[in-house]
Amino acid sequence: MPDQVLFAMEVMLNGLMAGVLYALVALGFVLIYKASGIFNYAQGVMALFSALTLVGIMEGQVPFSHLINAIFGTDIHHFGWHVPALVAIILTIAVMILFAWLVQKVIFRHLVNQEPILLFMATIGLAYFLEGFGDLMWGSEIKRLDVGLPQGINEWIDLTTFEAFGYGFFIDNLDISATIVAIFLVAGLIVFSQYTKQGRALRAVADDHQAALSVGISLNFIWVLVWSVAGFVALVAGIMWGAKSGVQFSLSLIALKALPVLMLGGFTSIPGAIVGGLIIGVGEKLFEFLIGPMVGGATENWFAYVLALVFLVFRPQGLFGEKIIERV
Amino acid sequence: MNDMSQGNYTTADGRKIGNTLMEMKNITLRFGGVVAIKDISFDIHEGEIRAIIGPNGAGKSSMLNVVSGFYHPQEGEVWFRGEKRPPMKPYEVARLGIARTFQNIALFEGMSVLDNIMTGRLNHMKSSMFSQMLWKGKAEREEVENREVVEKVIDFLEIQAIRKTPVGRLPYGLKKRVELARALAAEPKLLLLDEPMAGMNVEEKEDMSRFILDVNDEFGTTIALIEHDMGVVMDLSDRVVVMDYGKKIGDGTPDEVRNNQDVIDAYLGVSHD
Ligand SMILES: Nc1ncnc2c1ncn2[C@@H]1O[C@H](COP(=O)(O)OP(=O)(O)OP(=O)(O)O)[C@@H](O)[C@H]1O
Ligand SMILES: [Mg+2]
Repeated sequence: MPDQVLFAMEVMLNGLMAGVLYALVALGFVLIYKASGIFNYAQGVMALFSALTLVGIMEGQVPFSHLINAIFGTDIHHFGWHVPALVAIILTIAVMILFAWLVQKVIFRHLVNQEPILLFMATIGLAYFLEGFGDLMWGSEIKRLDVGLPQGINEWIDLTTFEAFGYGFFIDNLDISATIVAIFLVAGLIVFSQYTKQGRALRAVADDHQAALSVGISLNFIWVLVWSVAGFVALVAGIMWGAKSGVQFSLSLIALKALPVLMLGGFTSIPGAIVGGLIIGVGEKLFEFLIGPMVGGATENWFAYVLALVFLVFRPQGLFGEKIIERV
Repeated sequence: MNDMSQGNYTTADGRKIGNTLMEMKNITLRFGGVVAIKDISFDIHEGEIRAIIGPNGAGKSSMLNVVSGFYHPQEGEVWFRGEKRPPMKPYEVARLGIARTFQNIALFEGMSVLDNIMTGRLNHMKSSMFSQMLWKGKAEREEVENREVVEKVIDFLEIQAIRKTPVGRLPYGLKKRVELARALAAEPKLLLLDEPMAGMNVEEKEDMSRFILDVNDEFGTTIALIEHDMGVVMDLSDRVVVMDYGKKIGDGTPDEVRNNQDVIDAYLGVSHD
């Protein structure tokens, strides 16, 4: 096989893995949007915040230590213990559930039946609040996150492809684990929404609020639930991204990667988010590889948006959305 | 002859009517300046079919919305099964065993008929989320039981042929039937129907009337229904409340109500001076 083709294949595989992450973030958006019509601008910051919290708990950091030290003149930073990754993940999930409950209780309960733009504004406010709150709670320096996932080149793939094609593919173990985790997560979500009472209730609320109320579903409960699930999805995305490039402010920008995915896949479609994520991931890596050198590179910043825009013009309802026909 | 307004009697067709199931006491409901309900009281007996009739805008739907917790009256009390009910959210009312349909049909358009009806069973599912995900033990038994109830309702309302159809694709008359099926699946103690026959053709109306009578007869379900069609109301109901401009202008058996001068005036459109 010619080298170009092999390189392109390697690039595509890497693109698929990146796409899985985009899909994961997009999924968080879709869940909340479907159930409540809220476009949650804070989804990216939720990923950052949950990753910060996870690192903080694992390292035994004292939350709000800057604040405490400033007020009491103390100098405490660490409890002096380390928490195993699994325990810390469970505690972080608890924190995200608490967060979901507070968001509902303090903000969205009071905004029921408001204009979508107002709800959107509220999430912008929430995003910046949460960003500042995360800094205050855990400090703003870049942190390393290691939950014990395998890292580095996958030797087996390298060797096998080398023997087969005379060229070893470089695939990061971390990307492979991220993909596996994402597959399990999506499978879990599907089982949850299809086969559990709560999942059925969630689909009901996404479809019709009045009808949902009439069969005994508490909208409030479902909204807390859906923000919790979105928080969990954000945590998974945060772990993957954080393990790759450290936990820092830029992590919250993965939300920007999810936007074109949503434009492509539709804001209400779970399969759309997954397929859209993969298309964007592969598309932007391939484009950078094939066309990038001709236009001076750095196409990854904008290509996804252009692709989504082109797509939007021809299929405004997204990949899996039904065609919207206005009745007159 | 028994006094029907007190309950506890057997109807001419042999159905048993029991004690008071629900009582509305001096309900007043306002929307800003509009008084939708003015100081109305009435009761519903166990096992009875109770109709609420009246011209457009009389406040019938508002009354049903008060019963089902969608609206909260400024004044008055709601009593259910001998207890005063605190102000409740609609989902809490549903969990008390009060199911309803809507004047403008509220179904889950994206789901199949079967899934729609299954949502009526949500309140009967008690097993934990994880046992449901793993399809284990109690969860499995529950699911089987719920399916049985749902299949029974489907047979009863003769909608076997459309069980897998997405509700969004159904014609109006069948949607109304699916909505009734969902309410029935909850096995309610009290069933509230807001114009179950509106917009139907004669044949569909006859079917619906038969279903309502059969539900009441076979399951003993107490029913409160709103209907415009006087003929239908007179055939179906044991007692009728008549509303006009938010006020109660008549209450009694179909015959009593038919001969009530206020009711005749309201229906003939005699001007309200
Ligand atoms: N949510 C609401 N907000 C404001 N006004 C309302 C609301 N619901 C009902 N109303 C008003 O209350 C009055 C009674 O309305 P309601 O819908 O109860 O009448 P109805 O008897 O069901 O009429 P129809 O036969 O047309 O269904 C009307 O004047 C209506 O405009
Ligand atoms: Mg009405």
